[in-house]
Amino acid sequence: MVDAGFIASLLASSIRAGTPLLYATLGETLTERSGILNLGIEGIMITGAFTGFAVSILTGNPWLGVLFAGFAGMALAFIHAFFSITLKANQPITGLMIVLLGLGITGFFGRSYIGEVAVYINPIHIPYLSSLPYVGEILFTHDPLAYIAVILAAVLWFLLFKTRYGLEIIAAGENPEAADSVGVDVDRIRYISTLIGGFLVGIGGAYLSLAYAKLWTEGMTAGRGWICLALVIFSGWMPQRAVLGAYLFGGLDVLSFKLQATGVGISYHLMRMVPYVVTIVVLLFSVIRKRAAFGAPASLGVPYIRGRKQ
Amino acid sequence: MEAILEMRNIVKRFGDVVANDHVNLKVRKGEIHGLLGENGAGKTTLMNVLYGIYQPDEGEIIFEGRKVRFKSPRDAISAGIGMVHQHFMLVPRMNVLQNVILGYRTPSDPLINHKWVESKVEKLSEKYGIDIALYEVVMNLSVGEEQRVEILKALFRDVKLLILDEPTAVLTPQEVDSLFYALKSMTKSGLTIIFITHKLKEALKVTDRITVLRKGKNVGTVITAETSERELARMMVGRDVVMDVAKPEVEFGREVLRVEDLWVKDDRGGFAVKGVSFSIREGEIFGIAGVSGNGQKELEEAIAGLRTPARGKILLDGKDITKLGVEKRNEIAYVPEDRIGVGLAPSLSVLENLMLKDFKKYRKGLVLDYEKMEERAKELIEEFSVKTPSLHSPASTLSGGNIQRLILARELSRSPRLIIASQPTRGLDVAGIDYVRRRLVESAAKGCAVLLISEDLDEIFQISDRIAVIFEGEIRGIMERKEADYERVGYLMAGGLEVAV
Repeated sequence: MVDAGFIASLLASSIRAGTPLLYATLGETLTERSGILNLGIEGIMITGAFTGFAVSILTGNPWLGVLFAGFAGMALAFIHAFFSITLKANQPITGLMIVLLGLGITGFFGRSYIGEVAVYINPIHIPYLSSLPYVGEILFTHDPLAYIAVILAAVLWFLLFKTRYGLEIIAAGENPEAADSVGVDVDRIRYISTLIGGFLVGIGGAYLSLAYAKLWTEGMTAGRGWICLALVIFSGWMPQRAVLGAYLFGGLDVLSFKLQATGVGISYHLMRMVPYVVTIVVLLFSVIRKRAAFGAPASLGVPYIRGRKQ
Repeated sequence: MEAILEMRNIVKRFGDVVANDHVNLKVRKGEIHGLLGENGAGKTTLMNVLYGIYQPDEGEIIFEGRKVRFKSPRDAISAGIGMVHQHFMLVPRMNVLQNVILGYRTPSDPLINHKWVESKVEKLSEKYGIDIALYEVVMNLSVGEEQRVEILKALFRDVKLLILDEPTAVLTPQEVDSLFYALKSMTKSGLTIIFITHKLKEALKVTDRITVLRKGKNVGTVITAETSERELARMMVGRDVVMDVAKPEVEFGREVLRVEDLWVKDDRGGFAVKGVSFSIREGEIFGIAGVSGNGQKELEEAIAGLRTPARGKILLDGKDITKLGVEKRNEIAYVPEDRIGVGLAPSLSVLENLMLKDFKKYRKGLVLDYEKMEERAKELIEEFSVKTPSLHSPASTLSGGNIQRLILARELSRSPRLIIASQPTRGLDVAGIDYVRRRLVESAAKGCAVLLISEDLDEIFQISDRIAVIFEGEIRGIMERKEADYERVGYLMAGGLEVAV
């Protein structure tokens, strides 16, 4: 039955399901703000999921898993950065290459880890607060990574809109020529943003295998990377809006399971489609509204070559 | 007076092209030094070398008595050199303050100390009379205001030498006056200014001394007070130049083009042309003055048939052509503002570009009759003196002036009833400008109607019979040339309203 208890548990699961999306969306937001379009999120996430899982098994420490998942994400992001910033290659193509690379590598090395059990990251029930009716369950029964994600969104918002670094990142994404003309090192800014972005996307992947699903299977990201690309647009390249977007999509994701359990007569398969359909609608909407009006960085995906007419 | 800057024997090559060939430039402290030359004379290259954007192949730079070598703009900025580029280097979606401090470290770095920035800007505003709202988003500013932001950006960094690259190109006459006033007051406070231009009148009006470049070489440096327009023109072009296009008296004939209450949308879906009406007669040149971006592009495209108007009518010789496609409007010759993007197919050959509109005439069964086309193309190249390595070179390899001649050759040779010429001389050298204006005047004398759209007021006044001013998509007054003066046209261009007398 759909009652208050059901809603509370749905909201709590939305946050859990939305957290990996939030990490990846924040990472991609930072990357895109600097003018680099990294379509490789799906590949970076799955690599993060696998690396986190494997390192947790090997070391027995899930937090080391998370850290190494970030490094793995960074490594893939470095490939993308090298191709698109140093070699000025076509960014969508390089991004797609990263997707295939990530899925391929993890499929190959991950085979022996299927069905294994790692040390996971478990929820902590915050004393007193978690026993508040409804609110306690929704807000105070999560694992530390879920809380860190929200703090991270705030930090990223502060960095982008309140500091010189943010000004330089945004300028690099809007008009790199202008940034260059006042001595901002555009390539350096783009490298750093892409690498940190990749780190966050990798953590998003580790969250999937170590905290959310608590298992490893091949291709377990199941298109979440693509959803995050839409989420970046949906949130208008604003970290603070990414929080809501990620939880909303997380909610759509878990809704199918929850409704199935209550015996509502909607096809499970139809419900599973919902997040992807909404993704398409968001993309469609953003195309109709035109990117600029939606807040896309003006030079997103355009390589910067000094002295060339842009 | 001591020299603040000396550039000695600067050589800069791009492949086989020598853009700067042993150029020398000596600038005194506190002066406005004009750098005069035609397009492609190497002015901007020289300044980019100074500003650290390019590295010189030979030569040395001495700034404030020390030999310097700037590897990037950052080095030049920290040495005290600022540059306002021809194309503004602003981030449209940021506000003025953010643009001003981009790349700068305020005392609370990495946080941004707004109070500190505000008080510093306030002092600068008082000192130099530059007034600007710090929290306005740049994309809402006028071009003149954007330029003030650029200047403010440089002053904020305490520059000692300020380079301005063609700063008046986009301004209305009134804005030019206030810019000149601000520049003079800046030099009084000890600032040195290098003023790049190809306009003789401006160089004479605002500078103290002028260095002239021609084809990448020094021609000489003169004291402004001791020179004349004629002497400068001779230095710039290398021969005497006739400054006027003779305009014969023409009897105007029947009405050729009539535009009635035309509304046209821009790419973003807003109205760029709002209820424009006018008409042009045989033999008449109708000039539309206005700062770029006030609906000129949409208006010309609507008349040429590239853009469908939302409302209103376009009549050619009394026939309604509002809804006809480009091909059906073959009595209209179109010399577009964007010569390479719209006027040409740059990777096709000169021959193919010349015949672009006449392929149907040269069909031989399923294929084209290249022999006949070549014959005709040779005639056209001769008649319009297009300089090209061969008929089969890609059009993109031609120089700016020759590209425009090629377009004129194709368009004017088809004996049009109406010519739309948009910014037809922008970026051309003196000889090219002269040629294009002469051709337009000749065509009108033969009975063509000419619609001239231009930002260059000299051009509008030189060859138009009637002058209209466009502002934010509206025609703000149509006048006979004899009744018009710069003052009044400039006032209307800046958005002023005509007061009924």
